[in-house]
Amino acid sequence: MTITTRWPRLSTKITSVTAILEIHELVKRYRAPGGATNVVVDAPSFSLASAQQVALRGESGSGKTTFLNLIAGILAPDGGAIRIDDVDITRLGESARDRLRATQVGYVFQTFNLLQGYTALQNVELAMMLGRGVDHAFARSLLEKVGMSDRLHYRPSQLSVGQQQRVAVARALANHPKLVLADEPTGNLDAANARTSLSLLRELCETNGAALLLVSHDRHVLEQFDDARDFSEINRAATSTEAAA
Amino acid sequence: MTSGDAHPSRLRAVALIVRRSLGRHAFASAVTILASAMASGLVMAVFAIQHQSEQAFTGGNVGFDAVLGARGSKLQLVLNCVFHLDESPGNIPWSVYARLKADPRVRLAIPYAVGDNYRGFRIVGTTPELFRDYRYSGDRELKFAGKGRPFEPTLREAVIGGFVAARTGLRYGDHFHPSHGISLDETDDDDDHDHHAHDEEYVVVGVLETTNTPIDRVVWIPIEGVFRMGGHVLRGDGDVYVARPGESIPDERKEISAMMLKFAAPTVGAELDNVINRNGKEMTLAWPIANVMLGLFEKFGWITRVLRLVAYLVVAVSACAILAAVYNTINERRREFAILRAIGARKSIVFSAIVAESATIAALGAMLGFVFYGVIVLVAASIIRSQTGVVIDAWSFHPALALTPPVMIALGALAGVVPAIKAYSTDVSANLNPHS
Repeated sequence: MTITTRWPRLSTKITSVTAILEIHELVKRYRAPGGATNVVVDAPSFSLASAQQVALRGESGSGKTTFLNLIAGILAPDGGAIRIDDVDITRLGESARDRLRATQVGYVFQTFNLLQGYTALQNVELAMMLGRGVDHAFARSLLEKVGMSDRLHYRPSQLSVGQQQRVAVARALANHPKLVLADEPTGNLDAANARTSLSLLRELCETNGAALLLVSHDRHVLEQFDDARDFSEINRAATSTEAAA
Repeated sequence: MTSGDAHPSRLRAVALIVRRSLGRHAFASAVTILASAMASGLVMAVFAIQHQSEQAFTGGNVGFDAVLGARGSKLQLVLNCVFHLDESPGNIPWSVYARLKADPRVRLAIPYAVGDNYRGFRIVGTTPELFRDYRYSGDRELKFAGKGRPFEPTLREAVIGGFVAARTGLRYGDHFHPSHGISLDETDDDDDHDHHAHDEEYVVVGVLETTNTPIDRVVWIPIEGVFRMGGHVLRGDGDVYVARPGESIPDERKEISAMMLKFAAPTVGAELDNVINRNGKEMTLAWPIANVMLGLFEKFGWITRVLRLVAYLVVAVSACAILAAVYNTINERRREFAILRAIGARKSIVFSAIVAESATIAALGAMLGFVFYGVIVLVAASIIRSQTGVVIDAWSFHPALALTPPVMIALGALAGVVPAIKAYSTDVSANLNPHS
């Protein structure tokens, strides 16, 4: 059970241990060029409580991105169930999954995936437009919290890699998501920037009451989490080197 | 708390995506907008000019009901005497003029005698009644600029139209020598040294205020002056007669090119048409003048249809240009679409954004099209005026002006459907590489 005030969300939150994410018998297969079918994700069970922060360690090609894309509703699974805030997204149509992703899920990509023609502020506000609606003050406060208040109108090409990552974090939290997914969020950063950015991401998730599911192969990242697991514990297919997505 | 509900927010998202895309592809967008503008302007201009020309040439503001001239083409008579174009089909005896002038069924009869020009502008011999009794565009009378006045019928005096004054520089009190023939080349800078010039010298005693009718392009002199111009011969009674100085010309020797008629009643035209055209063999009555000109437009209606077809094709080409321009951006924007989808944009938003982008290009083109429309119409109006003296109302409303922009926008949106489908079907996961 989660009780929140609508605004300001940053300040007031009482959280219990109700699961925000539950996965059951999740399967995703890909057809290889030769015609063979490869199982990329085979996750019997996984859950994440509200505001919980979990890191998954996995090597490149172990299906981590596919796993996160399934949770985000970007990919449709071949079997199993994914429940986000008690809604089984595998039973939703594509449009409803898009809507859920826009409002309930924040996503920080390895390469940040900022929209190149848009300013930092527009990147955050566009996510709001697609989600719960624009809140200029909140957009600015998020960018301020990630230290980008003096770069609001800079385009990604005018920002350093670390700054881009911070904008991506702000964007992921723009719609007050209950779940934030992070795919190798520090993969393109140097050690110092990686530490700072990760702390920022974790702190913002915590203050916003969002659960965080992070995947990485970087042990320095994983060391910062109390709850860090091997991806292969969750994904049986990850033990196979052919599970590359 | 958010500043608006989700639906307006999605519209804002579409607007932002369109704005950013147009900004990022500014050059290609500008060229496509320009092409759309030219297409839009052209199609509006074709419709408007065609309509305005037809109105101007058949609108009945010429001030006369009919033209009576030598046996021949009605159209040639109207072009020659109303629009001062083309050549005279021949002459008719003065006695015909005298008889109709005295006919109570005829309210106004004005004789015209043509055959000379000044620097390409036609010289027409007539009577001072033209300046006193003639009305154009309803009840507007001819007015003189400054201290101008009608010519004396027995003196070598001239009244010139406003356009003639503007183009030749002739002013009140200036002298000039008429040239022989109906030259239509106003760049023919004729003067005393020209071997076509008559010896007679005329003085300008009046410059008419601009009427925006073919009258503006005419040099008016007394009809007696045409009879007596050096080199002119008269065949009023069939024999050749050359006027001698100091000797009055017998009426039976005189002849005129045509006469302009205003009837006392609408039925008179039909009566004279029956007598002159159906039962006579020597003369032609061009009546009603508007119908004669309408016949010309109907005869050459295929030109209008071809022009419209060309305009439609240009519009189609501009729609294809929009399609090509937007389609070409889709491949490079696949990652952008994937990111948009990944942060929650529905497929319908991506689709709408591309269609809206195409429609926006067309809409901006349609808006800019009014500038091209204005330029085309002004140039066309200027050419028509300089060639015929007829002024078309460039700024009058035509339904094409209201219909073209929405049609252009609809076509633009339609052109966006193909690239929108391509964008719509972007594989999100595949375009969000790398995978780990």
